[in-house]
Amino acid sequence: MVTTRFSVNSVSHAVQAEPDTPLLDVLRDDLGLKGTRFGCGTGECGACHVLVDGVSLASCNLPLWAVAGKAVTTVEGLPAQLVDAFVAEQAVQCGYCSSGVLIAAAALLRNMPECTPADVRSALDGHLCRCGAHNRIVRAVLRAAREARP
Amino acid sequence: MRLQFNDDGTVLVRTGKVELGQGILTALTQIAAHELGMAPERVLVLPADTLHGPDEGVTSGSNSVHDAGAALRAACVEARAAAGGTRETIPWAASAQPPSLPRLDLPAKLAGRPSYIHDLTFDGLLHGRVLHPPRPDSRLIEADMAAVPGMPGLVGAYRDGEMLGVLCERSAQADRAIARVASAARWRNETPWTDELDALARLQQLPAKSHVVAEHGQRTRANVARTLKARYSKPWIAHASIAPSCALARWDGSSLHVWSHSQGIFHLRRDLALAFAIGPEAVRVQHVQGAGCYGHNGADDVAFDAAWLARRVPGRPVRVIWSRADELTRSPLGPAMVVELEADLDDRNQVLDWRHQMWSTGHSHRPGRSATPALLGSWQTEPGFAQPPAINMPLSSGGGAERNAIPGYDLPAWQVMSHQVKGPLPRSSALRSLGAFANVFAAESFVDEIAAARGEDPVAWRRRHLAHDPRALAVLELAATRAGWAERARTEGVGFGVGFARYKGTGAWCAVVAEVEAGAQLRVRRLTIAVDVGLAINCDGVRAQIEGGAIQATSWTLKERARFDRDGITSDAWERYPILRFCEVPAVDVHVVPSDAPSVGAGEASVGPAAAAIANALFDALGLRVRDLPLTAERIVAAMGQA
Repeated sequence: MVTTRFSVNSVSHAVQAEPDTPLLDVLRDDLGLKGTRFGCGTGECGACHVLVDGVSLASCNLPLWAVAGKAVTTVEGLPAQLVDAFVAEQAVQCGYCSSGVLIAAAALLRNMPECTPADVRSALDGHLCRCGAHNRIVRAVLRAAREARP
Repeated sequence: MRLQFNDDGTVLVRTGKVELGQGILTALTQIAAHELGMAPERVLVLPADTLHGPDEGVTSGSNSVHDAGAALRAACVEARAAAGGTRETIPWAASAQPPSLPRLDLPAKLAGRPSYIHDLTFDGLLHGRVLHPPRPDSRLIEADMAAVPGMPGLVGAYRDGEMLGVLCERSAQADRAIARVASAARWRNETPWTDELDALARLQQLPAKSHVVAEHGQRTRANVARTLKARYSKPWIAHASIAPSCALARWDGSSLHVWSHSQGIFHLRRDLALAFAIGPEAVRVQHVQGAGCYGHNGADDVAFDAAWLARRVPGRPVRVIWSRADELTRSPLGPAMVVELEADLDDRNQVLDWRHQMWSTGHSHRPGRSATPALLGSWQTEPGFAQPPAINMPLSSGGGAERNAIPGYDLPAWQVMSHQVKGPLPRSSALRSLGAFANVFAAESFVDEIAAARGEDPVAWRRRHLAHDPRALAVLELAATRAGWAERARTEGVGFGVGFARYKGTGAWCAVVAEVEAGAQLRVRRLTIAVDVGLAINCDGVRAQIEGGAIQATSWTLKERARFDRDGITSDAWERYPILRFCEVPAVDVHVVPSDAPSVGAGEASVGPAAAAIANALFDALGLRVRDLPLTAERIVAAMGQA
């Protein structure tokens, strides 16, 4: 067991775990943040994305040592305004993919506040949704972009 | 359906129907609030639980709003009458489209609060992993359980029959331990499977139980100028939910408590009781939501796995979660189908007789219906129960392979035959719409082939044969109008196609117009959909289900085919089982016909028509008829070679 220090949603943590433990397990089991979801374990579906120093990454195959000293943001730490846009568009069906999608959307909106529908689709292309809520999700991200403008 | 009125002015609703991501709990809340004249905030629909009931069977077949909705309305009316009120149900507003209550579960799910079975946790929880053999019938010939003791966090490693499992203190430890066990395990398969393409090609040669499903009119050889024949096929398709199946279990003495995202908790209870040789009253199954469910996936199987492991640690709760590979390879698949259509035409290419035959394994392999449990692990552990056969439910219950094979068109004579095959094939069971997906794809493609033989517009052909069904005509016209069918321009490589069906012949009427672009790949640009579900209790929910069904069907139609070889299913990762991505998803417009007729379900109505519309649009774009799904670039090129 090794102590790894990093921050999650602006709170500092020192976690005792084997350094190759996936970040996802630490978030869910040690820190009790259940919003980040397991989908495949190989970074192929996007369900487990978090922001690491602002970059959207899969947490299921990201070892704990890789986030030492870094700032992690999970869906629980996202601005309410983005989540509200998804509620307003009723943008999911089962919702299991939504936290990863929201993380990718947050990264997109920060880098590209004037995004087009094609930008949104391309930013979310690595995120799988099986229920077919894609078009509602795209509308929700565009709504959030619109509402964020002054 | 049971109601409980509380002193604080709230009402609790106990239903047997379960939330699968389709929004049923919101729709039921809306119905109860309406009938009782209460604010929806005061209505709480509780998760299903075998301890409290009621037993409302399986949440499937697009039946929930129709059946449970009606039961709930009746219960509310009774409650109102008991309080001295009227016995009439309260009509919805004259606009016939009640305002949609937003989904009650979405704010918590979107905010990342614990919502799914994967998030449920208890003090002392242990993490279990299991290793199912590659095929349901594989024999374990080598396992090295001595390799795991001493691994960090290991509580136990177990071998029972053909199945292996581990229990650990932490989730990542359990993943490592099962990986170690897996690396040393070897299985043998007695009868080799062939691969998925060969198996589909040989499906019609397998031993089959054949019967005439239904027929109408008398086939006559007089006036037959020609007979059109075509063979269509649909491969094995994976459920491919975004979350792997998961369950929790705890044994207390001889009683078992299970938390599951099963579609049928009473059926699961019955089969768990059979498997562990205890009375059903000793088993409690509580429903906890999982990710989107599109049919009989691994939810019931993993509930057995959790109970099997929890038995080693009485009093301690155990969670088992399947891997992504398990989810894609150990869950039942949606069965493959071959459909053959024949039509006798007169000298003006009018249909005189229509014959529809389908070949597939049974479409239902669900728990709760056989002498032995229909739970994967129960066949692989001692005492090794026999695997019950897959069946097709009777047509009166919606049918299985036969679903939607009976023509909805006015034809002088027709016959539908079903051939239920048996063979060394992957385990298959119910997937969204069952046989309707393949039957509607085939029949609606065939209608276009007949219309093309006549040189008739495909919408016009359907219009002529639907005069007896005004609600069918209405959705057809609405979809065609909104898609700009009559004004569509002829552009190189772009095509329009239409597909129509009334789901099960008794459910929702749905017409889809697809606009596709056929280049190196087939791309679906837009789906324009009209649907009549009777009174739409929650219109936005109907739109979401119709749109979601059409997008999932687009994925099946363009991309999906489960792969297997002699030893098992090989499409075990997203890389090897690709599904439709954001950049490939078409624009979808859904038009819901306003109606105050009795409500029917929306979950499965669009999948068959969407597939047919896409295949017909491909034909319109290139003049090529591809009759085998999925409509991949290779298949299109092969069709060019034959043209």
